[in-house]
Formats: sequence, structure tokens, C-alpha cells
Amino acid sequence: MEAIILQILNGLDKGSAYALIALGLTLIFGTLGVVNFAHGALFMIGAFCAVTLSRILTLSHTVIDESKTDFLGNPLKVDVPYVYDFFGQATGDAIIDWAVPLSILFAIPVMMLIGVVMERGLIKHFYKRPHADQILVTFGLAIVLQEVIKYFYGANPIPTPAPEAFTGSFDFGAMLGFDPNMIIYPYWRIIYFIFAAIIIGGVFAFLQFTTFGMVVRAGMADRETVKLLGINIDRRFTLMFGLAAAVAGLAGVMYTPINSPNYHMGMDFLVLSFVVVVVGGMGSLPGAVLAGFLLGTLESFASMGAVLEVLPGINQIVIYLVAIIILLTRPRGLMGRKGVMED
Amino acid sequence: MSKSNFTRRGLLKTGAATGAGLALPTYLSAAAHEGYLNAPTGSTVTLGFNVPQSGPYADEGADELRAYELAVEHLNGGGDGGMLNTFSSKALQGNGILGKKVEYVTGDTQTKSDAARASAKSMIEKDGAIMITGGSSSGVAVAVQALCQEAGIIFMAGLTHSNDTTGKDRKANGFRHFFNSYMSGAALAPVLASNYGTDRKAYHLTADYNWGYTTEEAVRASTEAMGWETVAAVKTPLTQTDFSAYITPVLQSDADVLVLNHYGGNMVNSLTNAVQFGLREKMVNGKQFEIVVPLYSRLMAKGAGENVKGIFGSTNWHWSLQDEGSQAFVKSFGTKYGFPPSQAAHTCYVQALLYADAVERAGSFAPCAVAEALEGFEFDGMGNGPTLYRAEDHQCFKDVLVVKGKENPTSEFDLLEIVEVTPVDQVMYAPDHPQMGGAEASLGTCNNGA
Repeated sequence: MEAIILQILNGLDKGSAYALIALGLTLIFGTLGVVNFAHGALFMIGAFCAVTLSRILTLSHTVIDESKTDFLGNPLKVDVPYVYDFFGQATGDAIIDWAVPLSILFAIPVMMLIGVVMERGLIKHFYKRPHADQILVTFGLAIVLQEVIKYFYGANPIPTPAPEAFTGSFDFGAMLGFDPNMIIYPYWRIIYFIFAAIIIGGVFAFLQFTTFGMVVRAGMADRETVKLLGINIDRRFTLMFGLAAAVAGLAGVMYTPINSPNYHMGMDFLVLSFVVVVVGGMGSLPGAVLAGFLLGTLESFASMGAVLEVLPGINQIVIYLVAIIILLTRPRGLMGRKGVMED
Repeated sequence: MSKSNFTRRGLLKTGAATGAGLALPTYLSAAAHEGYLNAPTGSTVTLGFNVPQSGPYADEGADELRAYELAVEHLNGGGDGGMLNTFSSKALQGNGILGKKVEYVTGDTQTKSDAARASAKSMIEKDGAIMITGGSSSGVAVAVQALCQEAGIIFMAGLTHSNDTTGKDRKANGFRHFFNSYMSGAALAPVLASNYGTDRKAYHLTADYNWGYTTEEAVRASTEAMGWETVAAVKTPLTQTDFSAYITPVLQSDADVLVLNHYGGNMVNSLTNAVQFGLREKMVNGKQFEIVVPLYSRLMAKGAGENVKGIFGSTNWHWSLQDEGSQAFVKSFGTKYGFPPSQAAHTCYVQALLYADAVERAGSFAPCAVAEALEGFEFDGMGNGPTLYRAEDHQCFKDVLVVKGKENPTSEFDLLEIVEVTPVDQVMYAPDHPQMGGAEASLGTCNNGA
């Protein structure tokens, strides 16, 4: 029982990352009709926004400490962050400690800008080209972005911890009446799930309850008619691309304390996110979210020891297996709309 | 209308290609007039450094390349000479190898077997490399070693820890200085027993590839021999990044030790996840829960940040060693690059020097003569104490370091502290040990390539 509850929690947690990325992918596909293989790279860049901000916050000047020596026997050079000079050590430490949450504020404008530049600068030119061309150019872009990040930050993972206050685990078991320490879950993963829920809710609310969102939805349904009504739908779609980039970026920012970010992390998520989008139904936002959580949970259950004993290796294929079954029985995916990608 | 496929241009192209194809074998054998492939004819000799310059191990590869460049500098008489001053063999004079100035070419293994083979092949065939060295993965090492065996070139392995490199996949032309899974297990077990007791239940998470298997096998064998019980061993996909689904079952098992047979990014992520799930604060069977990482790398430990503190593992070499050889190497590397070398850099530097020394002593670059000079060679002053290059499997036997993540690091390089230097006798095994491929494992015959 405890094991099942834990794997459900794992699934929700993993699913929230899948859902956030798949949501952005679907937004772009639904509005612009572009299959964006660079979306994983946006997730990765988001994570590196957090790395960058924590580097900025720890920018230091060196002070020579004569009482200690470095590995060559010379006097030790100690790096003192500038924030210590500005705010004193205690406040400085607190600011550095909270670098990841602070990065949310930093990442939103940066990611929006990157998204808009990407759309206006490159992807715009591929709207009328076949999907294969779009996939090739965005995949190429993803590789370029990866290599740029590797050039500046190296290939090794960079530890980016959560604030001290959130490093422990929460004892669900004790709350639900189980033995203590049997069902514990890290605070930050719970926060990640809540954060994902807020972002997903926010995007849906934005599309559902604002005039801007209404126009975008209308554009998704029938672009030509909306254009004929004299609305500049292209500009709105560009902004949606920026929004999708920001969603992926925020998913990346908040993910950094869970796994130390490296240049390759986007690719690890990309393929799975595409499966999520296809299973959910191309162009369906609720489908992407639902499929994200569904596949995340399935993957977690497939990794359980008891399951692996019966079906060894199932953990590595379960997502693709389920995707095949769903596509065979419901070719449009769980919540796919008629007419999307069927022309 | 008929259209002929023969054109003047097409014919010329085909002719040129055929001509080049026919000339190629002659070109290769022309270099082999001394009786071996790529015999150096001019005043220089070319070494091939095959390291990961892209991909997940690129930082480790970059450190290996720094070490090789330093070795070349020292071999040619530049710098402060580094370990040439402490090396017990005095055959090297700082005037290149056999009087020939050392030059080098580099290849990118990308930590992929096929890419590594292609770059090694190109360095051998196009650049005339007389020896190939480097790498940061056992899969790559085994693949490149086999290629060098076929081509007739000496392969001096870089960082490769799987038993198979000098076990079931050993080759007459291949040599490994780095330690292996068996040695890690043998060195770790007594330290684990004295720190955590002999009544422990271990849960293994193992990377699903060659190195993971041999490491799990070695650690299980040596910990079970002293009384530990292995309650579960779960294989994790090499591409896994979030290990939460594999960590949570550990919470429910009655295991009180988690062994992470992971390296590189896998290690950073699984260790970070395990710590997030509170495993280090957990009490099981009245005992403190513990985590063990059999193979440590300082470069990678950095990625796991605070999480490595207090966790035991083993390593081939560490810059804080106080012997003369290590100090000399750290000094020349640190002065040139501004930070201490990694264990990958150390093993690569030592391999380059050992090769050069063997050529000097053999008086020839011929692979079989070099191999003979390395076989059974005993040396000291290279940072690991007295060392033997065993003739039967081309594995170096030397002391092994058991390390622990440091509680109070004084700098970003000061992440591991040496807990024990396990003497070589304790990590010695028979060449036909079952973990090493048993009685069937054989070096085969040395290949000069011509």
C-alpha cells in the first residue's frame, strides 16, 4: 500500500514536468502548426536561467587569506560574493540560498524574449514548409542551443540546490496514519507539483477567460476567419510562442533542485514529451496535461521491483507500449480533435 | 534517344577513386617497412589521444587532454619534468622518445564506441599514430582496444573501470593502468565492515551496462563474503535522469545500505535523489541508513554538491596524496592550468609516460617489443606506490584509495578525503579469476600490424 501511494506521488511529480513541457508543445502546435523539436532545449535553457542567476548572485572578488594555503601551498584565495558587501553576510547568504525561486522572476522575461526571437527569427520562415522541414530545423536549433550552453557551462551537471528550508522531506505516512518514515516525500517535489498545477491552471484561465485568450482559441480553430475579421492573429501567435517558451523555461527553473542541470537535460525530456502530446491528442491542451500525468504515473509503477520481477525491462518501454495501444485504439489520441494534422 | 552513362568526367572520377583505392594498401605498407605499422621515419613520432571532447564526459576528456599535453611537454624536455623526476625508471631523458620529438593528434570518442573506433582508425591510418590512448568509458575502451589489436597498434587505456577491459576482453596490444571493479570491491569491503558492521542488508541500484554489471558483481561478492546480505539489485536504464521511482522502493525494503553502481551523470542524479528522499537520515533495523558509491570521480562529485558528504567510495588516485610522484604531478599540472588534476588526468599522464619509457627500454617502437617491455614491468614514483604491470592480463596492480566525501571542504577541489590506502596485496586476484572471464580469457598474440 505504502509503495503504491509513493509511486502515485512519483508519477504525479514526474507527470507535472511532462505535462508542463507537453503543454507548451501543444500550444505551439495548436497555434502555429509547427512541430517544435527545440522545446526540450527551452526547458534546458530555463534550468540554466537558474544556474545563471545563482552565478550572478555569487559573483565574487578574491581576498587573500594568509592563514590558509591552497593545493600548491600558496596563500589561499577566498572568493567573497559581492552580495556580502552590499547586504552583509546573513542577508547575502539568504539571497544566494533563495536563488532558484528568485530565478522564476528572472526566467520569465528571458524566456519570453528567447521564444519571440526564435519564432520571429527562424521558425516564422518555416510555416509554409512541410512538417519534416520544421522538425529538421527545430532539431538542429536544439543541438545548437545545447552546444552553446555546453560551451559556456561545461558538460558536467551543476548543483543548484533548493533553499535550505525546503531540503527535507514531508512525512505523508504519519499524516495518513501509517508508520512514520514509510511514506516520505521531498518538500521540493511537492512544491514542483503545486507549481505545475498553478502554471497549468494559469494558462488555461488565460486562454479561457481573457479576450486575448479567446481570440487565440478562435485562431486555433479557424485562422483564416479570424484574419478576415481584421485581427492580427500572427502577432498573438508569436506571443503564444513566447508564453510556451516561458512555461517550458519555468518547468526547467523549478526542476534544477531535483536533478543538477546539464546541457543534455532537454533531450532527455523531449522524446517523452512528444509521446505525451501524441497520446494526449495533437493540439489538445487538456489531453497533453492528462497524458503527462498518466504516462508519468505508469512509468513510476513500471519501475517497481515487484513489477520488474514479472516483466523485466518493462520500465524502459512501458510508455511507448501504452502509446502504441492508445494510438491503435484511438488514433487521434485521448482527447484529439478531428482535423488536426489530418490534411 | 539513348543516353550513355559514360561521360569523360564520370570516367575520370571512377578512375581516380580506383587508383586511390589501389594505392591505399601500398601507402599503409610503405610505412611498415620496419616490420610494423606506422614506424616513425622522420625526426618526430605521433601519438594519438582519443578522448571524449563532446558528449556527457567532455569535461573529463578535457582534463585527460590537458594531462596528455603536459606529458608531451615533459617528454620533449619542457616544463619542470613532472613525474619524470620521480619515476623509478630513468630511461627517459627529456629528448622525446628514442630521440624523436613527440607530436600528437587528437580524436573525439564522444563516449560512443563507433565514434571512438572511427576516430582511432583515422588517427592510425591518416595521421600515422604509433599508439592510441585515452577514453573515459569501458564500452569505448573495449571497442578501441579490439581495433588497435586488429590494426597492430599499442592501446594504453585511459579511464576504464570495468573488469572486462583486462578481464574477458583483454588483448595483447592493450594495457590498463586504471584500477577495476574487482579492486574497488576488495578495497571497499573491509572499510565498510569496520564502519558499518558486518550485519547489513544492501540494496543495489546498477547502471544497465557492462561496467554496472561488473561493479555490482564485485561489490556484492566482497560484501557478502564478510557477512552482508544483498536484498535486491535493480538495473536502471543508462538514460535515466530522475531516479525517484527507483529510490522509493528502497524506503519500503528492509535494506539499511544503498549501493549506487552508477557513474557520471547517473551517479550525480541518483545520489542527489537518494539524499532528497531522506535516506541519509533514515533509521532501519536500529541502524543508520548508509549510501555507498563504489567508483568516485572528483569531477563528477562536484555535480552532486553537498550530497557526497560522508559517503564512501573508491578512487584510483587523488591530488591530495603526499607521495613525491603525486606532488610533482600536482605541482606541474596546477602551475600550468591553475587547478589540481583529476584521477582521469593522472592515469592518462602516467600511461603516456609508461609507454614512452617502454619504447626507450625496448629500443623500438614495434608494438610487440613495447608490449614485452611493459609486461611484468615494476615501477614506482608515479603516485600509487610500487606498481606491477602484470604480464598475464596487462593490468596494473597497485594500492587502491578508499575515499569519503569531505564534511568541511576548504575549496571546490577539496571534495574527497582519503580514508584508507588499501595495500596492493588485498586487491590482488588470479588472472583466471571468474570475475575476469575465467580460464577462457586470453590475451591472444601480439600484433605488429605488418
